[in-house]
Amino acid sequence: MDDRSKQLVQQISDMQEEDAVKLARAMLEGGYDAVKLLGHCREAMEIVGKRYEQGEYFLPELMLAGEMLKAIGDMTKPLIKQDASGAKTAGTVIIGTVEGDLHDIGKNIVTFMLEINGFKVIDLGIDVPVSNFIDSIKEHKPQVVGLSGFLTLAFDAMKKTVEAIRAAGLRENIKIMIGGGQVDETVKVYTGADAFGLNAMDAVSLCKQWVPA
Amino acid sequence: MSAGGAAASASALYQQRLKRLTDAIELREPDRLPAIFFSHFWAARYCGITCREAMCDYERLAAAVRKAVVDLEPDAYQPVHPLVAFGRTMEILDYKQLEWPGHKGPAENVAYQYLDSQYMAPEEYEEYILDSTGFMLHKYMPHVAGALEPLAQSRMYPGVLHTRIVQSVEAYARPEVRRALETLIRAGEEMPKMRAVHNRVAQELKDLGFPMAAYGTTHPPFDVAADYMRGSMGAMLDLFRNKERLLILMVTLVTLIPRAGIEAVKAAGGNMVFIPLHWGLDGFMSPKQFTTFFWPQFQKVLLALIEAGIYPQVLWEGDCTSRLDVIKDVPPGKCVYFFERTDLAKAKEALRGAVLRGNVPASMLITGTPNDVREHCKKLFDVVGDGSGFILDAGVGIPNEAKPENVLAMFQCAKECVY
Repeated sequence: MDDRSKQLVQQISDMQEEDAVKLARAMLEGGYDAVKLLGHCREAMEIVGKRYEQGEYFLPELMLAGEMLKAIGDMTKPLIKQDASGAKTAGTVIIGTVEGDLHDIGKNIVTFMLEINGFKVIDLGIDVPVSNFIDSIKEHKPQVVGLSGFLTLAFDAMKKTVEAIRAAGLRENIKIMIGGGQVDETVKVYTGADAFGLNAMDAVSLCKQWVPA
Repeated sequence: MSAGGAAASASALYQQRLKRLTDAIELREPDRLPAIFFSHFWAARYCGITCREAMCDYERLAAAVRKAVVDLEPDAYQPVHPLVAFGRTMEILDYKQLEWPGHKGPAENVAYQYLDSQYMAPEEYEEYILDSTGFMLHKYMPHVAGALEPLAQSRMYPGVLHTRIVQSVEAYARPEVRRALETLIRAGEEMPKMRAVHNRVAQELKDLGFPMAAYGTTHPPFDVAADYMRGSMGAMLDLFRNKERLLILMVTLVTLIPRAGIEAVKAAGGNMVFIPLHWGLDGFMSPKQFTTFFWPQFQKVLLALIEAGIYPQVLWEGDCTSRLDVIKDVPPGKCVYFFERTDLAKAKEALRGAVLRGNVPASMLITGTPNDVREHCKKLFDVVGDGSGFILDAGVGIPNEAKPENVLAMFQCAKECVY
């Protein structure tokens, strides 16, 4: 890796947004390969993810890292003729905030952390009806489904979603994790999920455990 | 018992309950464990009315609150009308910061929810700091209430002086501005109807012997910036992109927040303020960010409220165990720390000044049994109830979906926890 590439990885992972975006632009304008540049971004994101796991970084750093990735990703788009994301994924996760609940911060952070850990994440958004989860599971055949909810009303919506997945005959092949707000072991048992998580790292650990590399 | 005797007994009960609560807050040993009833929609559900009805039918909500308080017999309760009964006023205003039952999205029996969004752009920081009221009137209110959009056309007065003031009034006669002002008056006429019912039910409950545990609500400066102005995403990015602006905004908020909080609590004739807190928990910010952008400013707000003779009831949402060492620095016996998931045993050890409140899990109240609840409450009492400084409550108040028998068990258990 040349010096500029190293510098880019360092600037992104050290949260130097302005410098990182400027350098990425200069590199692309100088003819640097866009696919390779995205590879450096991925490398930087891995460092960010590790620092988050180690308690050095927190939500604001993840948000800013996401912004940098988006800005640089937008610059590379016109330069990449074919989809360069053909790399093998660690597994597929469908995620969504259950019906009736409009909160999305937790879900977005989990999505981000799963993506930088190599998972393909299908994000169904907020207030997701049970039928959308079922349709998406049929279409994408994920290994894991993540149900998010901040409010206590989500407990019943999660239970309903898990039951519907079972009723559709799809439960056996997937693991279901829940998270957000006041979710705990009791709620896990109540909803019939396989596990609950208190933060994005728990979600990553669960998925890694369920979907071995 | 004669009517006079019943009244005297209710009055004695009121004093007894208030003393129990005050003793706990001021770190004196009360006769037994005090418990507070706080919930948005549990009373409504308990009495078979929907969330929408609770938000729009002041009288039915009043009957539900009265029944819930009388049945549970808490030592104090947080009034429910100011938390939920603004559906009609929001409809008049075409209010946009909430989604509420029966209005657009949510079903009739789903609680209202706040819509996280950017309500102030980064380039508007200076505008707010220079002229907060002007910004609220001309930018914020037109943004959050559809009916008030035309108010954006009225003049910005700090720059309009002398005879220009006289000339400026023409804006108010424009048909769209006139309509906005008329709507504002209609909304203004609706709110006192709710207040009247709220005041009446508060008096009725006082006459029955039940004190209130909150006379107003306020917020930490960072939460105001994050929740109500910049949005979650904006505020988190501002920790890097707009650090200086954010810190200057917080200086303004440190002055404005206690002023508004003290005014509201004093106007209601009380001495306790509720402070729900969304951004202080572990994991959201780094310790350094917390001690730069959150705690110093919030501590100033707490001290200003305490200085004014008000007890802050701070609801630390989520798990704040890693913050304990920082947030312990408050005057003893003046402040309630209401914890959702924070380990109360660790909190008891770390905090010498703040009384603990909490934290029966929502999941247990919704899915458990009365026996589970009793055991949990007794355990809490054993671990953190030694002598003083503990008030029983659920993690974030009683969840709307809690089983009535579990909630009754929780309040009954408090009565059995005698010192």
